[in-house]
Amino acid sequence: MPSLGADMDFGTLLEWRVQPGDHVERGQVIAVVETEKAAVEVEVFETGTIEDLVVTPGTKVPVGTVLAHIASESVPPASAPETPAPQPSAPEPATPLHSTAALPAPAAETPPPVEQPLTPAPPATPEPAAASTSAPAPSVSAGTGRRVRVSPLARRRAEQLGMSLEGLTGTGIGGAITRDDVEVAAGAAAVHASDAGPSSMVATAAPAAEGGTALERMRAAIGAAMARSKREIPHYYLEETIDLGATMAWLDERNEHRPAHDRMLAVALFARAVALAAVEVPQLNGFWRDDHLERSEVVHLGLAVSLRDEGLVAPAILDAASKGLEQTMAELRDLASRARRGALRGAEMGSATITVTSLGDQGVERVYGVIIPPQVAIVGFGKVSERPWARDGMVGAHPVVSATLSADHRASDGYQGARFLRTIAELLQQPEQL
Amino acid sequence: MTTDGARRVTYRDAMREAIREAMQRDERVFLMGEDVGRYGGSYAVSKGLLEEFGPERIRDTPLSELSFVGAGIGAALGGMRPIVEVMTVNFSLLALDQILNNAATIPHMSGGQFQIPIVIRMATGAGRQLGGQHSHSLEGMYAHIPGIKVLTPATIEDARGMLWPALEDRNPVLIFEHAGLYNVEGELPAESAVDIAQASVRRAGRDVSLITYGGSLPKAIEAASTLADEGIEAEVLDLRVLRPLDVASIVASVERTHRAVVIDEGWRTGSFAGEVSAQIMEQAFFELDAPVARVCSVEVPMPYAAHLERAALPSVEQIVSEARRLVRGTAP
Amino acid sequence: MADADDRTSTPSSDAALLRQMVRIRRFEERAAELYSRGDIRGFLHLYVGEEAIATGVMAALEPDDAIVATYREHGHALARGVPMRAVMAEMFGRVDGASRGRGGSMHLFDASRRFYGGNAIVGGGLPVAVGLALADKLAGRKRVTACFFGEGAVAEGAFHESMNLAALWDLPVLFCCENNLYAMGTALARSESETDISLKATSYEMPAWQVDGMDVRATLEAARRGASMVRSGSGPCFIEFRTYRFRPHSMYDPELYRSREEVEEWRHRDPIDLFTSTLRAAGALDDASMAAIEADVAREIDDAVAFAEASPIEPVEDLERFIYTGRPEPSEAAS
Repeated sequence: MPSLGADMDFGTLLEWRVQPGDHVERGQVIAVVETEKAAVEVEVFETGTIEDLVVTPGTKVPVGTVLAHIASESVPPASAPETPAPQPSAPEPATPLHSTAALPAPAAETPPPVEQPLTPAPPATPEPAAASTSAPAPSVSAGTGRRVRVSPLARRRAEQLGMSLEGLTGTGIGGAITRDDVEVAAGAAAVHASDAGPSSMVATAAPAAEGGTALERMRAAIGAAMARSKREIPHYYLEETIDLGATMAWLDERNEHRPAHDRMLAVALFARAVALAAVEVPQLNGFWRDDHLERSEVVHLGLAVSLRDEGLVAPAILDAASKGLEQTMAELRDLASRARRGALRGAEMGSATITVTSLGDQGVERVYGVIIPPQVAIVGFGKVSERPWARDGMVGAHPVVSATLSADHRASDGYQGARFLRTIAELLQQPEQL
Repeated sequence: MTTDGARRVTYRDAMREAIREAMQRDERVFLMGEDVGRYGGSYAVSKGLLEEFGPERIRDTPLSELSFVGAGIGAALGGMRPIVEVMTVNFSLLALDQILNNAATIPHMSGGQFQIPIVIRMATGAGRQLGGQHSHSLEGMYAHIPGIKVLTPATIEDARGMLWPALEDRNPVLIFEHAGLYNVEGELPAESAVDIAQASVRRAGRDVSLITYGGSLPKAIEAASTLADEGIEAEVLDLRVLRPLDVASIVASVERTHRAVVIDEGWRTGSFAGEVSAQIMEQAFFELDAPVARVCSVEVPMPYAAHLERAALPSVEQIVSEARRLVRGTAP
Repeated sequence: MADADDRTSTPSSDAALLRQMVRIRRFEERAAELYSRGDIRGFLHLYVGEEAIATGVMAALEPDDAIVATYREHGHALARGVPMRAVMAEMFGRVDGASRGRGGSMHLFDASRRFYGGNAIVGGGLPVAVGLALADKLAGRKRVTACFFGEGAVAEGAFHESMNLAALWDLPVLFCCENNLYAMGTALARSESETDISLKATSYEMPAWQVDGMDVRATLEAARRGASMVRSGSGPCFIEFRTYRFRPHSMYDPELYRSREEVEEWRHRDPIDLFTSTLRAAGALDDASMAAIEADVAREIDDAVAFAEASPIEPVEDLERFIYTGRPEPSEAAS
């Protein structure tokens, strides 16, 4: 199908003016094609004999489709360029022998037969030093639940100062929080960005800290968030002891002959099970805002990470339900390491939709977490220990773990909470499925 | 403040001196346009030049913007350095085909074989009750076109100094002279180096940037002095060149003040102020402590009646009010 | 880069005129074929039938003269001496094209031959031609600017403004109107109240006359006469070449606006056939020499196609080059 105009992509063959075996001269009209504009006569650029007609009248085909084959009579002059090979867009690529030319040859839309040099990818933009410049705006809610307006500059300043915007009064347009508001609230108009250390990445929301060291500010932030949680959130607690026989056996096999840095830890399986369970029981995944539960479509799984000295952050594995076990482990390791170096990214902070806290390595049996507002649930795991366990009528020593759920009674009831814990327990019976 | 040798001249005189100097320095330079010769220029910019340089170089044209702007382009291709005067920006639309399809396009379309060193001057802007066909500000529309440069001299010094570098530039350069500026009188330093590349801070301040060009510059400066009385220090940035735009100076100003009001006599929708605002959003978002505000013309063909025309144009009061809003927000 | 056909002056011998017309004809036919293959894209306006005009006019011009052409300008470029390789590579969109692949079929440029482009705005080239002539006049140079346009341009304001300016200022422009009777699909009588175009030019007080655009000797003669009048400094001249395009307006159109009989009638006046008959009748052309011309032209076209196919494309990183002059150009800075 020849290209008959700049805007032609398809053409309908209306009629053939030749039959197989006919002799055709260069310039002769051999077919009529219908385009968007009108019926147009198609001339041939080869002199020769029609071998066969490939496309039947009434068929609409893309430009570049072979319509017919012509046996060429003239041997091309030595200096002539080779007949171009048919382009891949032709449905039935003709394989022109030296004496056979595809008619009317290659597709209009295919690029000329030169190899386009690959444009070298631009060098990746280095991560800006200030995490704030790439950080999406955290959703800050005032008590009213209305989205709080914060100027971009104020938001960056608040992050530099390691302080929360929660509870601040804005004096800007429409009550927006401005840089001045942040600095006045911080009592630290003169505080420079360098004052804020790594621990400024407080995951939780807290009223403005009144200056002080980074650690003091962090404590103040944690304190404010936890106090608010206990003040506002009607917690309920459920607990289930889970048989980890299958899980630990699978782990042993997985970790056999692997170096320490490549080992899978039980907490990764716990995290994975929580993420999947949160999909199953959506009442536990999301935020309580404006007197209702905002369910989250995705699971951003917060992980409470205690810092070496003091303090706590809870960065999130983003969209954890879509990530496999190996990736979950890798991200967990990476998050913990970066949390302790103070190198967390903005997107990982404050975005968790549900949180896991595991204090097993500290030897505690079970942990009853305090929900981080505005989340509605936190799942705690204690240490894995061997206990007498009855199964299939037999009592044996089984590794078990105590899983607890602290949930917001405004968002869910014990029924959903129980279903959630049971789902986790069931998932951990089939670790290979995680 | 007066430097040694400085003189007080009008914007019109400064422009005329610039043309005269260019004609004297380079015999390839000639001026052509409607009534630039015997009449002396519709805004009297070229008054007296015919007597000095003769009718070949101060060339009156018929009322054929399309062909004499096109002829200027051809003459530039042929090695001359034409200055083409179009009476007013609205008439330049008759020549838009030549400006866009030829002047801005041929250098690229010819693979760099041809340059078009033409200067096209025209009056722009409102304020003299000339109604809906003589009063618009279309420089922002021209600044949309790659391949041309767009200059908006707003000061006496720029009126005097921008023409020569524009003629030395090998690209097509459009100079927009706000008609309200011709009678403005001011100091012309004896020595000055004027570029056609950078924006210029006309007044320093730390609270808000008033970003503008051309005929709105005096309004912005007046607004800044009103704001100063209220304790708001406004920085006034004169863009001077709309294309290629000196984005770095805009960003630097916003980094100092964290707030910006853009003042532009063009219509608000699709205005040049919109482009400036978008550049700030793209390049300096995290410097902003308030949304960018625009003060533009009301979206009507410029009315004749004085009170209506005044109401349609950016005013000092609007600039002050917008700046105050950005700085003070809801605080008392 | 030395090219086989790199020459700016065109001999005006009968043999050279014939060869030039055949060269344009065969080039256009190959272009049509390459368009159908998809090697050439965009709009493609072929000059088939009108070859005698560019051939005759270019043969009458000097290397210093300037040419402003239209979007149907392959023939003008070839006759002016723009290398066929550069024309073909341009249509392939390659870096070795006359405009580095930035112009295409409608925008061929060549500064070294003072070829100021195919202009794709009908009438858009006329004011530019007036300005080129103004520059010559102001600089005291005795040069001619030949400005080509179709009869469709006569309806544009630019035509009238330019006629007026050129005549008013006695500028050395040779206006060459290629009247092929149809502005795209609109017949002259459907668009003009006065269909005698040379009369319009006369009304601007410039010498104007009609010529048979299918007779290459007549076009050469008329262009010589016009160019010499223009060069003498007496002001512009206007020649209306009566011609016909044998192919549709752009690459293909259904030709609903003219009859097959009309096309056939004009084909009897094919400028190449007319000229070969004349030459054969005079004993100045035989089969062997005609075959030699065809073979020579075929070789040149094959070479141009091979050259275009082998030519690289402009790197995308260079996309924004040639917008402003004065910026360091990457390749120039490198060399």
